[in-house]
Amino acid sequence: MNREPNAREPFVRVSKRGVAIPMWKAFGIRGIALVASLVICSILIYGIVKLNPLKVFAAMFEGAFGTNKRMWVMIRDMMMLLCISVGLAPAFKMRFWNIGAEGQILVGGIASAACMIYLGKTISTIPLMIIMLVFSTLAGGLWGLIPGLFKARWKTNETLFTLMMNYIAIQITAYFVAMWENPIGSNTVGVINSKTKVGWFPEVFGQAYGLNVILVLALAIGMFIYLRYSKQGYEIAVVGESENTARYAAINVGKVIVRTMFISGALCGIAGFLAVSGASHTISASTAGGRGFTAIIVAWLAKFNSFVMILISALIVFLDKGAIEIASRFNLNNHVSSMLTGIILFFILGSEFFINYQVHFRSGKHKEVQA
Amino acid sequence: MTQLIALFKAGIMFGTVILYGSTGEIVTEKSGNLNLGVPGIMYLGGIAGLTGVFFYERSTPDPNKLVCVLIALLCAFIASLLGGLIYSVLTISLRANQNVTGLTLTIFAAGLSNFFGGSLNKLAGGVGQISVSNTSAAFRASLPFAQNLPPLLSMLLGYGFMVYLAVAMAFLVNWFINRTSVGLNLRAVGENPGTADAAGINVTRYKYLATCIGAGISGLGGLYYVMDYTKGTWDSDGGIERLGWLAVALVIFSSWKSRRSIWGAYLFGMLSWLYFYIPDLTRRSMELFKMLPYLVTVIVLVVVSLRRKRENQPPAGLGLPYFREER
Repeated sequence: MNREPNAREPFVRVSKRGVAIPMWKAFGIRGIALVASLVICSILIYGIVKLNPLKVFAAMFEGAFGTNKRMWVMIRDMMMLLCISVGLAPAFKMRFWNIGAEGQILVGGIASAACMIYLGKTISTIPLMIIMLVFSTLAGGLWGLIPGLFKARWKTNETLFTLMMNYIAIQITAYFVAMWENPIGSNTVGVINSKTKVGWFPEVFGQAYGLNVILVLALAIGMFIYLRYSKQGYEIAVVGESENTARYAAINVGKVIVRTMFISGALCGIAGFLAVSGASHTISASTAGGRGFTAIIVAWLAKFNSFVMILISALIVFLDKGAIEIASRFNLNNHVSSMLTGIILFFILGSEFFINYQVHFRSGKHKEVQA
Repeated sequence: MTQLIALFKAGIMFGTVILYGSTGEIVTEKSGNLNLGVPGIMYLGGIAGLTGVFFYERSTPDPNKLVCVLIALLCAFIASLLGGLIYSVLTISLRANQNVTGLTLTIFAAGLSNFFGGSLNKLAGGVGQISVSNTSAAFRASLPFAQNLPPLLSMLLGYGFMVYLAVAMAFLVNWFINRTSVGLNLRAVGENPGTADAAGINVTRYKYLATCIGAGISGLGGLYYVMDYTKGTWDSDGGIERLGWLAVALVIFSSWKSRRSIWGAYLFGMLSWLYFYIPDLTRRSMELFKMLPYLVTVIVLVVVSLRRKRENQPPAGLGLPYFREER
């Protein structure tokens, strides 16, 4: 290999890793990224409140796990985020950019709230819950199906279609909130069936949110099996890798897209059911509250693995709760939590590069490598 | 008639916010980067402009209006540019997924801006409501004789300078992309970075510059929102975010042509305000009317995909990472 005398090797050179690096190294890199992001967060927190960051992190822990109730609220919110992430996983694995989870959650929530309001007087809790589950699944599924159909048939850009469906759902929610408002003039629905508690999740093992955990974990494990071991899961993976390959393998791409989007929307609809029936017992335009976007990042960083999603959603909800605690202690506002979450996600996103690529620096005594 | 003129004016002011957003995003997308961080970048522009001016107005007893305006523009542009830089480093150098990075940027920047917007007065030592009335007045000042003109003329001339700057910017970007050699190179990078690279164009540099400058332009939309649309105050109810997503939608509506996005922006603006000018709406049906701009966007998306005209297609390399060794 003759190199021209004047040709300079670039200072930094990047190449794709031929063999994947071992698992422990990959996790080490992610760990370093996490620590680095926490350092940046600490510096920021120190800059704002002038307090020892360690004390601040202790306060965060207390905010998340301090009391039994706080811990269960954290678990509840974690399950909610996990449910949405599990719902988004098949769509994203198929490289279908479903950023419409917010809307799918909301229509699921509307369906549940409608059942609670209109059927709550005549039907008892257990059959009502089943009806609510069915309707919220169908509503969310339908909301996901519409962009899926257009994508499959006419290749309509799904990113913006699903995004716009969010705002349409928000306005529909506002419409129903105005219709169901209670008391009149408050512009909120209030707690539905607050006296009879019909349609609320019953306590399981003495825990108000026990059923949330059971339901979501079952969905998460089901999705893991579906994506990894079922024929349909394999089809999703092939379509995601390359549509042409899928077509060559006689996979009906359109059908896979439509089916997967129905499943994805349906699971987000169930998340809406959880939010209304299993958590807040009311509905408003902020019932989804940006979690549909956060869940995308959870699903993506976990590479659609249900068990990693549990870890990441725990981390994000912990940060959120902790930051809210700091905010209330130091009279700041809650938005500090999205800021910190954003910083940490930037670092984790960036760290993937060092897992997939190798960086070579120019060295003085460079030896020729026989390629 | 007065109703119609009022709707027109409201539409133009609303449209100006998203016109900045989409003009910037067109520059970005022409380089092949799909930046879903536009809402976040607009937040950054808004809060940076507000903060800069806020401290300037507090530091001097007699703030100079021209300096106020310049500080606001500069702070907004630089902050949004930095937002674009975060996105660029992650997607171009570190090859992270563009959609995920953009969404993260939106989460981060919305948190950052609302945090500072909500606690700016506390951090500055409790001065009550932040309001930069002085600067806001400068931003909203129209030509002195515009108020005495007949309604049809004041409909065109009675706005602050940023409305006209937005139109000029859209034309400038259109000229730059279609009529200059640098713009031609930029389009080449967005269509097929591999070919552009082979032709000796520095793909990385083009992508970085286009994304950062595009973000800077988008951020001005946030500044206009804060200074003119909400009259120099900060509201943290997510108004900018909604408009930011509409700006992304407007890019598709105008099929990556910034000249077309001018009237598109005003159309979106008027649709958004229509509910306010239709008599005898109940609050319920108002909520349904507010759906219109989003519904129209969906319809446009579908129609564009049905017609599949070649000149209306996105840049071929949009959303794809470029890695030289994988050509």
